Amino acid sequence: MTALRVAHYLNQFFGRIGSEEFGDHPFTVKEGPIGPGIGLQKELGDAGTVVATFICGDNRASTDLAAFGAEVEKALRDAKADVLVAGPAFNAGRYGLACGEACARAAAMGIPAVTALNQENPGVELYRRKTYILPTTPTALGMNETLGRLARLAVRLGRKETIGSPAVEGYYGSGVHRTAILERPAADRAIDMLVARMTGAKFVTELTLPAVEHVAPAAPVADIAKARIAIVTTGGIVPKGNPDGLKQSNSTEWKTYSIDGVEALEAGKYESIHSGYDASAANSNPNYVVPLDAIRELEHEKAFGSLFDKYIVTTGVGTAVVEARRMGREIAAELKTQSVDGVILTAT
Amino acid sequence: MITALGPVAADLGANRVIRGVKIPHPCGDPTLEPSGDRALRESIVRSALGALATKLDASRIFDRTAA
Repeated sequence: MTALRVAHYLNQFFGRIGSEEFGDHPFTVKEGPIGPGIGLQKELGDAGTVVATFICGDNRASTDLAAFGAEVEKALRDAKADVLVAGPAFNAGRYGLACGEACARAAAMGIPAVTALNQENPGVELYRRKTYILPTTPTALGMNETLGRLARLAVRLGRKETIGSPAVEGYYGSGVHRTAILERPAADRAIDMLVARMTGAKFVTELTLPAVEHVAPAAPVADIAKARIAIVTTGGIVPKGNPDGLKQSNSTEWKTYSIDGVEALEAGKYESIHSGYDASAANSNPNYVVPLDAIRELEHEKAFGSLFDKYIVTTGVGTAVVEARRMGREIAAELKTQSVDGVILTAT
Repeated sequence: MITALGPVAADLGANRVIRGVKIPHPCGDPTLEPSGDRALRESIVRSALGALATKLDASRIFDRTAA
């Protein structure tokens, strides 16, 4: 069997360009293996040859993933790669995003790809549906062992071998269910599970529900009489005409609008663009969703300190949890820089 | 968080939850007289401020305070 042509992606640090001050290093292609690629080559043995190493600075890659992805595509074509290995990126966030994006682009071109990320790396949730991602340690301590697993899976992917389920193969699942014909019908299997559950015996579900992330309650606002309060809504209330083109569903962005000196949201000046509920009440009185009139009243009677002079809006309909989580983090970070003490979030 | 789906919000990890009125109008009720509607909205917001100032160990659905 001829050796597979393996391309390997690394950031500026592992690619031996330099540390953080080289974070903007442009996308570069070098011949042969570099850094961890040397270990990868050892693990590949005769089955594959690291023909090219792609290197890009973490800031450069993660701040414009689309441009980065386009460079990866071109480099994969130039290298005539059979398979792409990215990282491992451990728990390095920007590097993890770049590895995920590189692999997703390769997979979309029909070039199988694999990376390895620690489960806490945000790249896992963002790219697990688009590429194979193997678990790894939070830091580079697990480098050698991870390179072995990456090499073995890369060779099997490159040879177009059938890859088993996440439970068997150990990669993070994509959540895709494949149809299989089983001997016993679903009703029988369900009854077995029910009996097992009632008798306290072990069973394995056939449909794993997504885990709900519980967050410890934040400490209360220390002094509500002095607190700066912000209003955030997922109800899609925007200035009439939706000047920023906020999406009506599957939202990936949030906007801020000034309410400085505004006592109430006037019908006709604001509207709901949310595609998931009947907007007639909200359009007749936008304060049903962003209760500005009542909040201003309470502000005047000093029930709290002051109202932050902008409200923040997104549309919560069909929004992916991973996107909601990202937007939540971004909004919280923004409000923290504005010294906001508490948030009233309204959801439709 | 003000929502008409209080128990869902609490189950899914929201910690300070205020019962809203209905999904399309969580902060008020268009079937009420304007003054009653406005008082209802104020009581909902007042409850939200109260929730923000309350120490919690676990998720809770707060009752609306009287207007």
